[in-house]
Amino acid sequence: MTLKTYVISRILLTIPMIFILLTTVFVVVRVLPGDPVQMHFEKMASPETVDRVRTLLGLNKPIYLQYLDYLVGVFSGNLGKSMQDYSLVADQVFSAFPATLELAVFATLIAVLVGVFLGVESSKSYNKPKDHVIRVFGIVTYAVPVFFLGMILQMVFGVWLHWLPTGGRMPTGLAPTGMNVPLSPSSGFSAYFLVPSFVGLALAGICLVLAKMRRKPIERRLWTRAVILFVVGFAMFAGLGWYFVSAGRVHLSTGLYTVDSLLEGNPFKFGLSLKYLFLPSLTLGVVLCGIFIRLTRTNMFDTMRLDFVTAAKARGLKDRTVTYRYALRNAFLPVLTMMGLEFALLLAGAVLTETTFSWPGLGRYIFERISFRDYTAIQGAVVVFGLFVSIVSLAVDLLYAYLDPRIRL
Amino acid sequence: MEEKNSIRKSMLARLAAVIPVVKSLTTRKGLAGKLVIIGAVLTVAIVVMTALSPWITPYDPNDVGAGDPLTAPNSQFPLGTDLLGRDLLSRVIAGGSVMLEVAIISVLFCAIIGIPLGLFSSHTGGVVDRFISLIMDSIYAFPGIILAIALTLVLGRGVINIALSIAVVYIPSYFRVIRSQVLSMKELPYVEAANSLGAKRRTILRRYILPNVLPSTIVVATVNFADAILTAAGLTFIGLGVNVSIPDWGRDLTYGRTLMLSGNWWVSTFPGIMIILLALGFTLMGEGLSELLNPRLEQGGAK
Repeated sequence: MTLKTYVISRILLTIPMIFILLTTVFVVVRVLPGDPVQMHFEKMASPETVDRVRTLLGLNKPIYLQYLDYLVGVFSGNLGKSMQDYSLVADQVFSAFPATLELAVFATLIAVLVGVFLGVESSKSYNKPKDHVIRVFGIVTYAVPVFFLGMILQMVFGVWLHWLPTGGRMPTGLAPTGMNVPLSPSSGFSAYFLVPSFVGLALAGICLVLAKMRRKPIERRLWTRAVILFVVGFAMFAGLGWYFVSAGRVHLSTGLYTVDSLLEGNPFKFGLSLKYLFLPSLTLGVVLCGIFIRLTRTNMFDTMRLDFVTAAKARGLKDRTVTYRYALRNAFLPVLTMMGLEFALLLAGAVLTETTFSWPGLGRYIFERISFRDYTAIQGAVVVFGLFVSIVSLAVDLLYAYLDPRIRL
Repeated sequence: MEEKNSIRKSMLARLAAVIPVVKSLTTRKGLAGKLVIIGAVLTVAIVVMTALSPWITPYDPNDVGAGDPLTAPNSQFPLGTDLLGRDLLSRVIAGGSVMLEVAIISVLFCAIIGIPLGLFSSHTGGVVDRFISLIMDSIYAFPGIILAIALTLVLGRGVINIALSIAVVYIPSYFRVIRSQVLSMKELPYVEAANSLGAKRRTILRRYILPNVLPSTIVVATVNFADAILTAAGLTFIGLGVNVSIPDWGRDLTYGRTLMLSGNWWVSTFPGIMIILLALGFTLMGEGLSELLNPRLEQGGAK
C-alpha cells in the first residue's frame, strides 16, 4: 500500500465512524425511552406548554424526519436551540471550544514531558528500586480520580499557599482581545508581501523538515513540493491580507487566551493566563502521564540495546546525548501513536477537570446544562467532542504513517 | 452421585492448583507478583470492611449530629465530622457499597455482552465482523465519561442504570482483546484439527478457544473494575450519581468540594483516598497479571 492509498482509505474509514457516532448520539438522546421535554420541566409543565416546546424544538415530527433534520443540521453547523435559553447551541459550543482545546494542548504537553522523562529515567535503572518507584507512581496515576487530584492541588496551591488561583480562566474583564489593529493603506506592503511570504516559507520549511525527519534525500520532487506549498501559503495569506486591508482593520483572535494575549502584545495577561492554566493542565497531565511512562520505559529498554546505540556509546558520546538524541528519537514513535489513542481519555478527563476548576470549556458547559436537563445543548456538545476526537485521531494516524513507513505495509 | 463427586473433586483440584501459583507469586523475582498480591490484599480488605460495616462503625454513619459540624480530626472523631456533624470515619467505613455494586454489575454486563460478541464476531469474520468492529471502534474512540453522562441522563440514576451506562463504554475493550486473540488462535493446529473433525462452531468456541482467551479477559476485567469505579465517581462528581440515602464515597467527596476551598480539608480527602485505594487495588492486580501473562506485551491493556 502506498502512502496515498493509505491516506485515502484512512479518510474513508473516518466517514462511517463519524456517521456511527452521530447515530449513536441521536439514538441515546432521542430514541431511548424518556421524553427530554418532560424531563426538562420535571413533569410540572402543563401539556400545552410541553406541546409548544416540542413543536418549537422540532420534536413533534416523526423520528426519521428528526434524524434527517439532525444530520443536515450537524453538517450545516446547526446544532439546534438550547432548551434552557433558546439560543443557538452551535454558538455556545464554539465559544466554549477554545478553552477546552487550550487545556488539552497544555495537558498533553505536561503529560508527554513528565511521562517521557520519567520513562527514560526508569529504563536507565531497569528493575532497580528507582525503576520500581517510578512504575508504581505511574500505576497510581491510573487510580486517582482526576477531580480529586484537582481538588487537592487547588487546596494546597490555592487555599493554603495562595500561589495560584483556584479556578476560572481569567479575572473578569481581563480576557485578552487578540490583535486589533486599524490598518493604514501603507500597511499594504506587509499585508500583501511580508506576512504571506513568511507563511509560505514556513510551510515549505515544515515540508523539508518532515522529509529530513524521515531521512529522505532532498531531491527535486521535494523541492517542487516545497515551492507549491510556498505558492499556496502565499496566495492564501495575500488573499487574507486583501480582506483585512479592505476592511480597514485586523482583528485576530483565536479564543486561546495564551495566544490572544501574545497577539495583543500584553505580557502581563500572558503571564496571568499561564497562571490560571497551570493547575488544571498539571492535574490532567499528571493523571495521563502513566501510559507514557510505561511506553517510554519498555521502548527505551529495547532501543538502548540496539547496535547503533552501542556504537554511539563506543564513540564516546555523552550519556545524555546518546539517550535523548539517539535512542529516544527511535522510541518516540509509539508515544506519538499513543497520543492519538489517549486523546479520548484526555477529553474525558478534561470534562471533570473543567468542572473542578470552573474552566469555561465544553466539559463545564455540559456540567452546567445537566442540572437544567438541557438535552439539545448536551447533544450538541457531545457531537462536537466526538468530531474533535475523530479528526485528531485521523491526523495522528496520518502523521504516523508519514513518519513510519512500516505502518503502510 | 458418582458424577457429582468427581466434578466436586475436580473443582477442588483446580482450587488447590491455585496455591502453588500464589506461592510462586510471592517468591518470584521482579515486581509483577508483588503487585498482584498487594492489589488483591487491598481489594479484599476494602470489600470485607464494607461488608462488615454495620457492625464496626463507631457511630451510625447517617446520625446527623454525632458531633459538632465540621469538627477537625481529633481523638473522638479520628477523621473529623462533615457539615451535618456526621462521623466521617463511620461514613468512610460504610461508604463503599454503592461504588462496589455499580462496579461489579457493570463488569458483569461488560463480560456477558463483550465476550460472546467478541467470540462470535471474530469467528464469523467477513462483513459482520467488520461492521461490529467498526461500531466497537467508534465507541472505543469516544471519551468514555461523556457517553456515560449522555446514557445516564436518559436512563436515570439507579444503580443498575448507572452500571449499564458505564458498561456500554467498556464493552469495546473486551471485544478488542477477545477479537485479536481469537484471530491469532483460529489458525492454530488444534483448532483446525477440531474443525476438520467436524466439530460444531459452538463447541470449538467454547471448548477450544474460550479457555485460552479467559486469562487475558481477566486482565481486562480488573482494569475495567478500576475504570468503572473512577467513572462512577466521575458521574457522581458531575451530579449524576446514584440517588440513595446511604453513605457513598463519591457523594461525600463531591459535597466536600466547596468545604475544601474554605479550608476544611478532611471532608473530601478521606473518601477520596478510599476511592484511590479501591481503584488502585484493581489496577495493581491488572498490571501485575498482564505482565505475568505476557511479559513482553506490557504496553497493551489499560485504556
